[in-house]
Amino acid sequence: MSVLSFVEVSEGKIKKASVEAAYYGSKVAEGLGTDSVALVLGEASNDELASLGAVGVKKVLHVADAKLNNFDAKAYAKAVSEAAAAASANVVVLSFNQNGKLLAPRVAVRLNAGYVPGAVALPEFNGGTAVVKKNVFSGKASANYQLATENKVIAVNPNSLSPVRGTGTATVEALSLSVEVTTTVKAVNKVTGTIPLTEAELVVSGGRGLKGPENWWMVENLATELGAATACSRAVADVDWRPHHEHVGQTGLTIRPNLYIAVGVSGAIQHLAGVNGSKVIVVINTDPEAPFFKAADYGIVGDAFEVMPKLIEEVKKLKAH
Amino acid sequence: MKILVPIAKVPDTTSKIAFVDNNTKFSQEGVTYIMNPTDEWYALVRAVELKEKNGGEVVVIHVGGADSEQIIRKALAIGADKAVRVDADPTDAFFVASQIAAHAKTEGYDLIIAGKETIDYNSYEVGGMVAELLDLQSVALVQKLDIEGGVATIVREIEGGTETVEVKLPLVVCAQKELAEARIPNMKGIMAARTKPLTVVPATDAPKLTTIANYVLPEKAKEVKLIDKDNVAELVRLLHEEAKVI
Ligand SMILES: Cc1cc2nc3c(=O)[nH]c(=O)nc-3n(C[C@H](O)[C@H](O)[C@H](O)COP(=O)(O)OP(=O)(O)OC[C@H]3O[C@@H](n4cnc5c(N)ncnc54)[C@H](O)[C@@H]3O)c2cc1C
Repeated sequence: MSVLSFVEVSEGKIKKASVEAAYYGSKVAEGLGTDSVALVLGEASNDELASLGAVGVKKVLHVADAKLNNFDAKAYAKAVSEAAAAASANVVVLSFNQNGKLLAPRVAVRLNAGYVPGAVALPEFNGGTAVVKKNVFSGKASANYQLATENKVIAVNPNSLSPVRGTGTATVEALSLSVEVTTTVKAVNKVTGTIPLTEAELVVSGGRGLKGPENWWMVENLATELGAATACSRAVADVDWRPHHEHVGQTGLTIRPNLYIAVGVSGAIQHLAGVNGSKVIVVINTDPEAPFFKAADYGIVGDAFEVMPKLIEEVKKLKAH
Repeated sequence: MKILVPIAKVPDTTSKIAFVDNNTKFSQEGVTYIMNPTDEWYALVRAVELKEKNGGEVVVIHVGGADSEQIIRKALAIGADKAVRVDADPTDAFFVASQIAAHAKTEGYDLIIAGKETIDYNSYEVGGMVAELLDLQSVALVQKLDIEGGVATIVREIEGGTETVEVKLPLVVCAQKELAEARIPNMKGIMAARTKPLTVVPATDAPKLTTIANYVLPEKAKEVKLIDKDNVAELVRLLHEEAKVI
């Protein structure tokens, strides 16, 4: 028996979200007294794969087939299920990231497994039944999902646990599977030079309170000082002050950074839906009654045009130490 | 081209979230139900646009009771040609996906366009499950979708950007924002919807693989720590020393 985690590699590097999934898998394996095994599809260096040992993975099954370098939902689902059989795994852990959101339910169907989409905590086992917490109603509540099936599939919400790294290295074992790839990648368009919003640990976000796009230097400078990504409210994207891919909330991106700083954002429920999973929320707003203060950990009631330049200076000072 | 669009019924976003029966059931009290936004705004509208361009037929399928009629009629008013209602409680995603797959198997669709997620369970499940049950290829988080000569050209979201892929039909895609502009049903559509066919069919069996043991509401509203606007240094100190996030 074992726990299998599915790990994605992009441009030769293991994705952050996948490291979390592998760590989660190792913790589950530890709890069950079995081995943590990871599966990697497509080309990757042995050193990179062995590094998964740091998060508790004993063995990496590597299907080093170049055909699998790009995501193909159907082929990947087949590969993950077959690898689960090869590793005698009855718990499969994936990231609830872009690919995982589609892959995990497919794997669950193949394995006749109960499935938790977006786990935010480790499972509690009671005999053969696992109970796993996940957020529902856009973060307004959580639910305990119960899996009593023999096979279980868990997709872990990105940024819901911080992997503790040890010193282990994993052994890498080649696995060969026959899969047919029918998704042809024609182009990849990555926003370069900036930190992808969904991967960012720190995010600085601006709303209509900033009055116009010419004032975004405040958000950008603070983000640069912190090494943060930038985001915005929908109201701001709708009037083209900022690009739509920066808009967070119910109709935009859902993010769960360690720190979310909202400047001149009122905190409408649809906005909160995308950010209330953040570990720490800081709100800067002139209106003490702004709803965002109710969802915040720290707040400053004040004018962004006064507060932000000071905040940028103070962060600079901190970073200079 | 035959297109199937599964539509879900969800509580309106402004609904009060509460639970009954020892926190094991969602409280229906005072809740207004709407068509799931990603299903309506993106999946359905894009399906109708593709039909308008390439010809064919758009069928919506819904798993739910008779009280869902209103949202089904709305989908017909937006431009679907026919509707199927599977007369059963949508107990969980696998059950719903099994119903959709059973219908699709007998009808044979070129394209199934689902919404990426429902706003109640935020689970991103149904599209992928339907695809697997039908052994079809699938693409999710779809922002652009064009069909030409039986091949779909798709732009989908990836970490920090987008990817353009080509996949042959038949295919399942999961729609998200940018795929289409929401349409408000007009008078002509609303009138036409009244007479468009809505077939009610019984459910097929599906095993229950996942259950919800109970729900938990957040403890209570967080207590915000306010810092004086003239003491910004204190905020930075707290973030560094207390919250340890910078
Ligand atoms: C179906 C639906 C879906 C939606 N989805 C989303 C979504 O995904 N994301 C989203 O963000 N919104 C969404 N919205 C819109 C949402 O309801 C709000 O309208 C929007 O978030 C408001 O943006 P804002 O906070 O930037 O602007 P406003 O609500 O106008 O707030 C501006 C804030 O700035 C403050 N302010 C003004 N001047 C200053 C100053 N000098 N310094 C500091 N603070 C100042 C004000 O006090 C106010 O609180 C949705 C709405 C609907 C109906």
